[in-house]
Amino acid sequence: MPTQSKSDKSEPTKSEPAIWLRKDLLDTADLNLADFNLIFETTDAMIEVRERPIARTTTLRGTTLATLFYENSTRTRASFEIAGKALGADVVNLSASQSSVGKGESLIDTVRTLEAIGADILVLRHPLSGASTLASKYTNASVINAGDGMHAHPTQALLDLFTIKQHLGELSGRKIVIVGDILHSRVARSNIWALLTLGAQITLCGPATLLPKYFTQHKSDLQNVTVTTNLKTALSNADVVMTLRLQKERQRNSIIPSLSEYIRNYQINNDTIALAKSTAIVMHPGPVNAGFEISQEVAEGKQSVISAQVTNGVAIRMALLYLFATRTTDFPA
Amino acid sequence: MNNILIRGGRIFDPGNQLDLYGDLLMVNGFVSEISQHIEAKNAQIIPAEGCIVTAGFIDLHCHLREPGFEQKGTIASETKAALESGFTTICSMPNTDPTPDNASALQGLKEKILSDSHIRVLPVAATTQGRAGLILSEISELVAAGCVAFSDDGNPIESGLIMRRALETAGSLGIPIAEHSDDPSLSNNGVMNEGYISERLGLIGQPSAAETSAVARNIEICALTKAPLHLMHLTSARSLELVADAKAAGLPITCEVTPSHLYLTEDAVGGDNLVNEPAYDTAAKINPPLRSEADRQALLAGVNAGIIDAIATDHAPHASEEKLQEFSKAPFGISCLETALATITTLTNRGELDFEAALKALTAGPAAAFRLQEGLGKLTPNLSKDVTIFDANEQWIVDAHQFTSMGKNSPLHGYELTGRVKKVIYDGILSWSRESTT
Repeated sequence: MPTQSKSDKSEPTKSEPAIWLRKDLLDTADLNLADFNLIFETTDAMIEVRERPIARTTTLRGTTLATLFYENSTRTRASFEIAGKALGADVVNLSASQSSVGKGESLIDTVRTLEAIGADILVLRHPLSGASTLASKYTNASVINAGDGMHAHPTQALLDLFTIKQHLGELSGRKIVIVGDILHSRVARSNIWALLTLGAQITLCGPATLLPKYFTQHKSDLQNVTVTTNLKTALSNADVVMTLRLQKERQRNSIIPSLSEYIRNYQINNDTIALAKSTAIVMHPGPVNAGFEISQEVAEGKQSVISAQVTNGVAIRMALLYLFATRTTDFPA
Repeated sequence: MNNILIRGGRIFDPGNQLDLYGDLLMVNGFVSEISQHIEAKNAQIIPAEGCIVTAGFIDLHCHLREPGFEQKGTIASETKAALESGFTTICSMPNTDPTPDNASALQGLKEKILSDSHIRVLPVAATTQGRAGLILSEISELVAAGCVAFSDDGNPIESGLIMRRALETAGSLGIPIAEHSDDPSLSNNGVMNEGYISERLGLIGQPSAAETSAVARNIEICALTKAPLHLMHLTSARSLELVADAKAAGLPITCEVTPSHLYLTEDAVGGDNLVNEPAYDTAAKINPPLRSEADRQALLAGVNAGIIDAIATDHAPHASEEKLQEFSKAPFGISCLETALATITTLTNRGELDFEAALKALTAGPAAAFRLQEGLGKLTPNLSKDVTIFDANEQWIVDAHQFTSMGKNSPLHGYELTGRVKKVIYDGILSWSRESTT
């Protein structure tokens, strides 16, 4: 079972060789089942590393990891840095505000510069959708998308899925409800594609102005996706309730009439979480606006796995760095 | 004298309902005679076997970038590209710096055209000062200085009252307002069509309702003023329904569509399958955006039914580095003069476009829409001086790096297309011949 720890992380599965061939991780939509299994098995091994008295290895000695953040971040950036250092990699952190980006250097030039000074793996966070896709085309370094605009946040989705499997086992057939601002959320998108590949049933719930309008027209891709504005029906029989951060500026643009109206209809609190299965887990990618999309009691309650998500985030990122640093670039003849 | 005999082509002139295999004689720069066989002494013979011989193409919508944006394109570079693409008349858009919103700016532009242009450039002046949509340009002065239409292209005129005043003022002089119909509050700074692909890519989409609601308003103001209105680069099925109804009601409305919108859909931006398709292709970022397949089908039907008066390129060159950016940061606009004919003939060869209707939309259709001088867009004896000769069946692969235009950004880069311009006679002179490619 992928959720059980394996002592030998590189042991191939019986049907498919478990090797990592990808140059980049841009989105979960690019990953197949074997990729997910390989990442999760590797993550299990990394959790073992993390549980050692001295939670460090030198596996990635000589590998240079550059994090390039055009947007603020606490947990994603810190967990990549901790993951890199735990594996013995050299880590260089760059922020747009402290680099030549402020002098007008283009993304492509910045990425090429980082490659030229020796970065093997580039972790990129950017406010515009598609930035990682663009960067990946202009560098031989591996690009890990750490969030691009509204498009994708694959490492967040991977740690979310890993956390679900840790608590509930297999994902196939599970009802996952994502509540909130789906339309503007890269976390929601990356979770949707990943959950679909793993066979989950997905319900997207939020105000009409914050829901995708065209997903349901693509039945062939998205037949396991339900979109609803009704939180009660959405939460009924739910195994997982994933809440999303509500950007408060949405109110200024009349996307929601008021925060209190949002809270009244969509907040996950003791009353609304009771509509889900009693065994349901509650997730949030952070940072939490306690009292808005989720109540403080539920965020810190017994069903919450929010801190497990953060902890798993380090192991997931260690696994990805390991896979990229040791990836097979020689394709079989 | 300066006589030209074009021999053995299919002479196809939709504006004069002429379609015959034979010869075309030009005398002293003018089309003189068209018939199955002509003998002429002392004439320059241009063989045209296997080719279509038609009027020089007219592009109602072209961005030359000069003055002000010479890093993107110049009058010299872009009119050379137009000539090589079979266009002998183009209407230049006023989003330059300075913008031609007064007679002296227009005069300056015309002088530069006179010295640098390879073909006839008919300037479109700005409808409002600075294209800001607030105060009308000096319309009669600009008409006297020689503009053929008014437009704030790129910017819609948001105020219904200003739109009304512009139509009344220009209409009284018989000059059309060419309008980029868009409700900016609905298009919401969108960077592509709103739909499944924009939602997947996480890009802000422009719903087609942003265009159609503005089209509906503009048609209502046209009905109020009875003044000529030209709707630029329509993209949606619903817009065409509105235009068809307005035309049936007898309103003086004309419209255009771009070859890009006839050939491509929003799939060119990213594709459904984001694993294998090139995603976030800034070479497919245009405004108004590429729409759905249903919209594309409606545009094709609109050309075939004659609802669409003109196929206009909206050629909008940019420097390469401007397009090598994050999708949302890259400017709208692509280089499309040099693929214009081939996209159209590829569609006619596939049976998606009617050949006669499409050819009319490149020649007599646009001439009528902008009320251009007699003889343009046709092969009328003693009036017409421009002839384009093309092979509708020649296959070639688009290499945008080889474009004559300074804009090297094309969503069709690498596509195999069918149809190529071979020779162009501009103002009675053989001005360009394609070197033999084999």
